[in-house]
Amino acid sequence: MSSAPILALRWTDWLNLFIHYSSFSVLSVGGAITLASEMHRYLVVQQHWLSEAQFSSSIAIAQAAPGPNVLFVALLGWNVGLNSRGTVAALFGVLITMAGMLLPSSTLCCLSARWLHHNRELRVVRAFRQGIGPIVVALMGSTGWILARAQSNPATDWRLWLLTAATALILWRIRIHFLWLLAAGAILGWFGLV
Amino acid sequence: MTREQFIEEWSVAQIMPGPNVVNLSLMLGARSFGLPGALAALAGMMTIPLVLVLLLAMVYAQFASHPHVIGALHGMGAVVAGLIIATAIKLSSALKTNSLGIPGCIALGVPCFVGVAFLHWPLAYVLLGLGAVGCLLAYRKLKP
Repeated sequence: MSSAPILALRWTDWLNLFIHYSSFSVLSVGGAITLASEMHRYLVVQQHWLSEAQFSSSIAIAQAAPGPNVLFVALLGWNVGLNSRGTVAALFGVLITMAGMLLPSSTLCCLSARWLHHNRELRVVRAFRQGIGPIVVALMGSTGWILARAQSNPATDWRLWLLTAATALILWRIRIHFLWLLAAGAILGWFGLV
Repeated sequence: MTREQFIEEWSVAQIMPGPNVVNLSLMLGARSFGLPGALAALAGMMTIPLVLVLLLAMVYAQFASHPHVIGALHGMGAVVAGLIIATAIKLSSALKTNSLGIPGCIALGVPCFVGVAFLHWPLAYVLLGLGAVGCLLAYRKLKP
């Protein structure tokens, strides 16, 4: 497992972060979580601002907490700031990523909600909805795949993969609240069983 | 507000970019009280959960090197990955009624999955490329 990088972010880096999150915002059809794989590519693979462990724990913690799951974006920003200059920078990171994530899409939403509402039967609107459908599903699938892969390699951590597969199967077929499974995963992990 | 109105607002919130819950609370707030209502609804939706999640992250940071905690987080991470895969599987059943047809959806979805999950393609290219192809095909299929 890679340890957290130590960074010295300049204001140009913060600007870069804000611009990237603004573009994620405009692209986030189907919710922010569909973009988690893209955020992983940007923050972990390309910039090395977060470790794999920080990335996946941010998402796990945000999912475990109550509230909208877009808050994993805030935790990613928090950890980038924390790696750079401690708590104040961490709060700044939250501000940058959340403002970037929410401002463009919210503005767009407020401006176009009325128009879309009146034109929901329009061919262009229906075509957009249907054409983007398979892409949203595939993005969701690749986010799941990247999260499963982020913390384990198949040869040694096959039990984690098994847990992922079992969870997917159970949630797909059985009506059960997700938090029970999350608790089960935490307990299995705590006792070193996965 | 009636159930039908709520469902309509919800479907608009879904096709817009941005977190669905955020879009929905913006639209509901704006509908009743204009822009101040939208901002109030957003703040109400986000503030307390945001504080909670940051507190949780700080508590976690204290114990991050504890082997049991690391194990628990691994277990939770694996479960979250499973949750997201299950969501993708459930969403895919909505594609049965898609005007692109099942082969069309597969032809768009598989390259998208492989490109993002294995080849690390930037999302903008995927959405603008494959997404645009999907929208154009759907537009032609929906010809009145």
